[in-house]
Amino acid sequence: MITISQTLKAIDESSYEEVVSQCIERIKNNKLNTFITIAEESALEIAKNINSSKNHLQPLAGVPVAIKDNISTKGIQTTCASNILTGYVPPYDAHVIERLKEAGAIIVGKANMDEFAMGTSTETSHYGPALNPWNTDHVSGGSSGGSAATVAAGEVSVALGSDTGGSVRCPASFCGVVGLKPTYGIISRYGLISYANSLEQIGPIATNVKDMTLLFNVITGYDSRDSTSVQIEKDYTESLVNDVNGLIIGVPDEYFGEGTEPAVEKAVWDGVHTLEGLGASWKKVKMPHTRYALAAYYIIAMSEASSNLARFDGMRYGLRLTKDHDWHTTYSEIRAKGFGEEVKRRVLLGTYALSAGYMDKYYLKALKVRTLVKQDFDLALKDTDVLIAPTMPAPAFKLGEKISDPLTLYLADVNTVPINLAGVPSISLPCGFDNGLPIGLQIIGRHFDEETVLRVAYTFEQNTDFHTITPEVR
Amino acid sequence: MIEEYLKYRPLLDDTGIMIGLEIHVQLNKLNTKIFCGCGLDYHNDPPNTHTCPVCLGLPGSLPVINRKAVEYSIKLGLALNCSIQEHTQFYRKNYYYPDLPKGFQITQYDFPLASNGYINIEGENGEVRIRINRAHMEEDPGRLVHEGGNIEHSKHTMIDYNRSGVALLEIVTEPDLRSPKEARRFLDKLRSIIEYLDVCNTSLEGATRVDANISLAGGSRSEIKNISSHKGAERALLFEVVRQKNLLRRGGKVVLETRHFNEEMGITVSLRTKEEEHDYRYFPEADLVPIKVADWAPGIAKTLPELPDAKRERFVSQYGISDDHAKSLTSEKRLAEFYEEVAAHVNPKMAAVWTADVLKGELNYRDIGITAFKSEDMVKLLKLVADDKITDSSGNQIIRTVLDEGGSPDSIVESEGLLKAGGDIIGTAVDEAINENPQAVTDYQNGKQEAVNFLIGQVMKKTRGRSDAKAVREMIIEKFKGIM
Repeated sequence: MITISQTLKAIDESSYEEVVSQCIERIKNNKLNTFITIAEESALEIAKNINSSKNHLQPLAGVPVAIKDNISTKGIQTTCASNILTGYVPPYDAHVIERLKEAGAIIVGKANMDEFAMGTSTETSHYGPALNPWNTDHVSGGSSGGSAATVAAGEVSVALGSDTGGSVRCPASFCGVVGLKPTYGIISRYGLISYANSLEQIGPIATNVKDMTLLFNVITGYDSRDSTSVQIEKDYTESLVNDVNGLIIGVPDEYFGEGTEPAVEKAVWDGVHTLEGLGASWKKVKMPHTRYALAAYYIIAMSEASSNLARFDGMRYGLRLTKDHDWHTTYSEIRAKGFGEEVKRRVLLGTYALSAGYMDKYYLKALKVRTLVKQDFDLALKDTDVLIAPTMPAPAFKLGEKISDPLTLYLADVNTVPINLAGVPSISLPCGFDNGLPIGLQIIGRHFDEETVLRVAYTFEQNTDFHTITPEVR
Repeated sequence: MIEEYLKYRPLLDDTGIMIGLEIHVQLNKLNTKIFCGCGLDYHNDPPNTHTCPVCLGLPGSLPVINRKAVEYSIKLGLALNCSIQEHTQFYRKNYYYPDLPKGFQITQYDFPLASNGYINIEGENGEVRIRINRAHMEEDPGRLVHEGGNIEHSKHTMIDYNRSGVALLEIVTEPDLRSPKEARRFLDKLRSIIEYLDVCNTSLEGATRVDANISLAGGSRSEIKNISSHKGAERALLFEVVRQKNLLRRGGKVVLETRHFNEEMGITVSLRTKEEEHDYRYFPEADLVPIKVADWAPGIAKTLPELPDAKRERFVSQYGISDDHAKSLTSEKRLAEFYEEVAAHVNPKMAAVWTADVLKGELNYRDIGITAFKSEDMVKLLKLVADDKITDSSGNQIIRTVLDEGGSPDSIVESEGLLKAGGDIIGTAVDEAINENPQAVTDYQNGKQEAVNFLIGQVMKKTRGRSDAKAVREMIIEKFKGIM
């Protein structure tokens, strides 16, 4: 694994171009399938000219960065890992891409993911799964699997993912890296191709808390093009303080439920005790509505997806078949061929949940549950500073193990989805290993209190060495 | 439900016509579209030149509300006597159609911006209050374009997204209208209010679009789509009355369906029945946060201009003109302004007659607007009439000439020689006529009154019509008195 400072040092010792071209070589030579599109030409071009622009003075000057393929990049194909967007080249940059470019970062390519971010393993990608660098028989997690795997494999130091129900934290946990799902509204979604727009946020992924914070600093901030964007300007590097003295950690029993691997449970409790040893205290908290969160999440996410994905009809961009018919037939043919099985399942179920006669029973009820889940967090965080829980109930599962059983696969998201329903921030970072596979712990905070979450994460990292262990990529 | 409506307003007769309207008003006086910064001045530009990722619905784009569009909508809502929602929210209406780039339309559902209003119109039996159920904001879809302008003969459908994302206010009435004529009057009144508010240029293509719901006693309702003019609305509804009446008379069934108005042929044709209707799956648009509009309304209410009904009442009391004249003069904002400009300089009653009866008639006859005639020209003209310099019929002639050939009243008076002949010229002409026609004098002395008319005719001939016939008559009778 490599860090931003190692990358900057390498630039000093060689050149921008050399660092970018080495990065691209690493991506090309691995067998992890971490990227869908490698932006070799444009990346090298930018590296060549970076000295003549003012960008070489910026914090991420020349740092190669991987972008999840559902974030719009001007001039670089953006597919959401779906056949239906084959050949779609956005004519505009997402807000976060504008910010990254201003900060001098170089986009080396578009990272593999589950199709339209619908999955927990990248196995629903039209381009095949991204493999886990710790063990290529295992999944990298999802949906931002490519982003986490490329960071874990040492291809790039930082990457962007998106988190709708755990899509940053799950792969961060499975790949042994650090990932943040920020508070809803803190990063502009402008240019993020929606799966479930009331739940998702773009999130940074890195090998350590400091790098992740640097990246987060660059991409946060108000954007008038996203109505849900909030006006907060902070320097989050100020939160990188090695001190948890006096902080109160809440531990919800509900997050150690049935299906939690003993090794995971132990590693997370060890983490809590580590922080206790550093001056924090902990107490159990009750989050009684957690058990309903998964069902509510899937109903809301699928309902929104059924509408968000309606625009993909092949008329103006993306997949087009050789023969056109009347518009009904053409739309149907393109959508039948363009969407994968999981996407179709969610669009159909979401359509059903919003239909007349079923809406009250499913969608509206799910919204009520969402309010209750949010209340759980408000109450639990009233007299605690952060909550700590396992990110995933188990380490990365094997390729093919769950993909044919959607319900089992959905159950893996049980600890990540409540955070999205509530809109609160959560970091996943490595806290142990089981059979050579990383275990992730998540630190959850109050709305817009990324500072405390980062502080706890930084302190934990400074006092443990899990983040220094690097996979031997096979 | 129907009973409730009938309790509010009974049917007119056995035919039992009930009509409700849905009117889409484009807020085309805004500078930009409802959710993006694209301009609205696209009417003379090539297709797809006023677009961006947002109104093209490109993946990843997000809507941001145009606050001015909300203001305009509140303004219109208040003018329709609606109450304004505390918080207003947008929803997604999900359906597929090629003109809809996102596969859903952002509109309102629960919590429409404005609701429970009314406007007054001249009904079949006097003034009647037509209730407005709601007025809600939404985005306009793109426009389908067919080669040769005809869907039947075009090989392809092309899509122009210049219109995509233009702000619309959809106004929905209760089924309180009882005849096609009332429907047209409602639309005329609504247009006049919209123009007063200056939120929409109603003369632009597609600026207002009407869907009409109509049912007759004993039948279901049909919804007529694609009506683009007020005249079209009346025609479409008249056609539906006849069609439904005939169907019912033959023992047929009027089914719940959507029909398409073919403006060219003046008929409606079935588009789809209710069973084929979409389930739009309305749900909240999470990309737009609810807006607390209740706070906006009082401030906007203060900016409301004087509306047609209030202006009409003021005209009657301020200028002492008849209610009919006031109604006619306030039907259009520009006409009312014209009248007030004229009434400031000449007798207001005279101004009302000449504007509402004479000028408006000539404008209607030519199907042109009030802008074709300048108010200062009307002032000049009426001063000439008032000062007895020209006759009424010359005044009429001047108006027609200005409208048809241009020019100013002064120049027309000059070139046409319309100035009333002076007293001495008439006197000479009267003397000449009497001297040249001794027989007429004799006839008059013998009691034949017609002889005077004959002599008036002679005087008119001599003065080429510039004399006032009444004045000439008096002069002749005066002369006779002298002779006898």
